Amino acid sequence: MIDIIGMVFIGTGLAFDVLGCLGLVRLPDVYNRLQAATKCVTLGTCSILFGTFLMAGGFTPTGFKALIAIVFLVLASPVAAHAISRGAHRAGIKLWDKSVVDSYAEDKEGEK
Amino acid sequence: MKLVRWISGTIVLLAIIILIIVLPFRSMFFAQDSGHIGFIGRVVYILILSSVLILFRVLKGPTAADRIVAIDIFGILIVGLCAVLGIATGRSWYIDIGIAWGLQSFIGTLALAKYLEGRSFDD
Amino acid sequence: MKSRILMFVFAFAVWCILCWVPDTQHLIAGAVVALIVAAIMGSMFVTRPHMLFNPIRVFYFLFWYIPIFIWELVKANFDVAYRVIHPSMPIKPGIVRLKTELKSDTGLTFLANSITLTPGTLTVDINKDDGILYIHWINVVGSDPETTFREIGSRFEPMLKKIFEEDVVK
Repeated sequence: MIDIIGMVFIGTGLAFDVLGCLGLVRLPDVYNRLQAATKCVTLGTCSILFGTFLMAGGFTPTGFKALIAIVFLVLASPVAAHAISRGAHRAGIKLWDKSVVDSYAEDKEGEK
Repeated sequence: MKLVRWISGTIVLLAIIILIIVLPFRSMFFAQDSGHIGFIGRVVYILILSSVLILFRVLKGPTAADRIVAIDIFGILIVGLCAVLGIATGRSWYIDIGIAWGLQSFIGTLALAKYLEGRSFDD
Repeated sequence: MKSRILMFVFAFAVWCILCWVPDTQHLIAGAVVALIVAAIMGSMFVTRPHMLFNPIRVFYFLFWYIPIFIWELVKANFDVAYRVIHPSMPIKPGIVRLKTELKSDTGLTFLANSITLTPGTLTVDINKDDGILYIHWINVVGSDPETTFREIGSRFEPMLKKIFEEDVVK
């Protein structure tokens, strides 16, 4: 029974992984791609790890390590996304043509 | 031109999905295969499919930032792959490899982002 | 000093979990490594150790912040998946300002991380002096301060203020 629940978690995670990678291919500029990819792939991989925790039989060595990996991923991946987006904006990569506002560029112009 | 791209992409995706569904019954088509692949095998195939999508972005990406995003996401996918291999083989050190890979890829992403920003590594 | 001791305990616990079930050799090696780590990096682990031992804050964090965070995370994923699958991609991106009243580093970090993992938003930069977060929003509703606070900030900011701030003076 618990194996089947673990399989369901792994399947859901796989679906989100594939959708996130599809977003990485389809969306128009760096920031949108970063949004889709970071969110979907983080939750997808966390779901796969939780399924691993269940399928490995709870608090065995594999299960403990999977839980630590979940905490690490949730803490680390937003920080990486934030660093990339800030670096891209400072490097002068433009937003998509149809973007609505860009307050950050306005404020940076004011500082200079 | 756009239509051709859509059609070719759809054909590739459908081919991989059909391969994943057909794999357990492979012995009907190829005589020498045992035909047993199971749940974990399909999971690994789907993860390979999504890394193909990521590699497309690495090759095509118009700017350096796109490539860095793709590499970062690739690192996270590999953590999942290691976990799945860990239950398949029943050895817990696969997840150790996964955690170490995730840490390395996180630090590498931070360094690349700083390079993109044009700062030195000191501050 | 308190921060270094906490760092030692934390690093040692993580080591023990990573080599489950630990024997004597593992424990000695782990203690040496945790001592080295605590001596080098310990001073930047927690800046205000007394916050960590406040049971009300820990209770709020575990049973109020984390369930809401997981719920928003799942919602965010369905939102993004819908936008990716939809043939015409209903997106309207832009970067907006969000004014915040949080002052502490921990609070700002948690706010930025929660905003990144909730529906359609991604923190681009933090201006700590003025208390402004720059947020890339995949579906801009409006760029004036009231709208951004109502749509983005109001979910997490009061909660994080209660957990991480409130009596900074004390």
